[in-house]
Amino acid sequence: MRRAIIAASAIAQREVARFLNQRARFFAALVRPLVWLLIFAAGFRAALGLSIIAPYQTYITYETYIIPGLCGMILLFSGMQSSLSLIHDRESGTMRLMLTAPWPRWFTLGAKLMASSFVGLLQVAVFLAIAACFGIQMNIMGYIYVIPALFLSALMLGALGLVLSAKVRQLENFAGVMNFVIFPMFFCSSALYPIWKMKESSAFLARLCEVNPFTHSVELIRFALYQQMNWPALGWTTAATIVFFVIATVGYEPARSKR
Amino acid sequence: MNEPALQIQGLSHRWHRKLALEDVSLTLPMGRFTALLGPNGAGKSTLISVLTGLIRPARDVVRINGVDLGRTPQAALTQIGVVFQQPTMDLDRSVHANLDYFAALHGMDRKTRRTRISQVLERLSMAERANERLRDLNGGHRRRMEIARALIHRPKLLLLDEPTTGLDSGSRHAITDHVHDLCADGLSVLWCTHLTDEIRPSDQMILLHKGRVVVHGDVDALTGAVPLGQWFLQRTAA
Repeated sequence: MRRAIIAASAIAQREVARFLNQRARFFAALVRPLVWLLIFAAGFRAALGLSIIAPYQTYITYETYIIPGLCGMILLFSGMQSSLSLIHDRESGTMRLMLTAPWPRWFTLGAKLMASSFVGLLQVAVFLAIAACFGIQMNIMGYIYVIPALFLSALMLGALGLVLSAKVRQLENFAGVMNFVIFPMFFCSSALYPIWKMKESSAFLARLCEVNPFTHSVELIRFALYQQMNWPALGWTTAATIVFFVIATVGYEPARSKR
Repeated sequence: MNEPALQIQGLSHRWHRKLALEDVSLTLPMGRFTALLGPNGAGKSTLISVLTGLIRPARDVVRINGVDLGRTPQAALTQIGVVFQQPTMDLDRSVHANLDYFAALHGMDRKTRRTRISQVLERLSMAERANERLRDLNGGHRRRMEIARALIHRPKLLLLDEPTTGLDSGSRHAITDHVHDLCADGLSVLWCTHLTDEIRPSDQMILLHKGRVVVHGDVDALTGAVPLGQWFLQRTAA
């Protein structure tokens, strides 16, 4: 058990150190949601009228509405970035070190997933702090309640990244996958607009939003920020995490030779 | 009982329809340098992938120091150290940090890691380079660091997949000499190469060609008076 903790910590420390060394990645991770929050939301505020929906008990500004979606966006990019680094590791040979270490694949991948989720959490924490400086603040308890919701969402999106990294063999192909995964997942969700609003335009798209696991992770975060539990969102996010992780583990299982 | 360092019995592997390894059987004794010689495409890298668990063999096919790789892969993997063709270490971290990461990946505590790192660096005459970034080392020293990394958990069998690729002649000889010296301490070595000048007459040799073991035995006994390079070309011409 102690050996396992040491090995998992080594993987985690390497992931965090790698992130902290890549300052450009850190700033890019912050600038993207801040542009959405401070520019896009300001322009969009007038165009999008929001009615009172749970968990809000009064009318809210658009900036307040999209905060959970932007937290999800950070985690989505962070999860994909982490899987990108896995593909790079595979090409450079460092992945072989991890895969030939004397641990089951699920353990190695799980440690990597936990570490990348922690890195995602750090980015969200900085983003929420900056948002608070611009007056978009939550209740202090909301910040505490949201930690497990963010972590679970990070695990789910990181596990999705693992699935992609198991399937995508070359770095060049990954950009295309990002376009097919990140953008549809983000825009076809409740991150930027409530689903009822989408329903007014297209019932089909609204249905897609409802089955998108990213919607549920955003809703889990949204409710947690207001110290409420959204059970269906928790169920969806947990189930999606398990499914993605199992697929990733199977994807990373070694090929088998014959006798 | 003195188990062989490696025992393979009837191993085959296909990449889609292409047969990469066909009914490979071999035994490596403890404490010997064994060269796995074969031209490009002979199946050497596939064999290394099997031995490192990247391709999982069936049960009772591969035993490393008596441990069945198909049955208990984790226990078997602790018995081997691997130097891959590609570099595996982080160029922007120090030699010590890289070795420490790998040792921790094997679950060693801090004190053990510190001791083992000094020992392997001493063993490979690299102790004074511990705090240098890997990027600042030349190609030969980087390869030596890869060997140090592969030895840190004290494996019984060291696998090296064309470890001198891209090195100049001097570095190649230095690395080859170092690894031969390691056998004197009881370590078993499986050295995959297509370069005959890396093999000594006293070594053991397995000739792999088109996925099959062609011959297996002591180099001097197999080649007789024929120079190894010439012998290799004759055997693999077809």
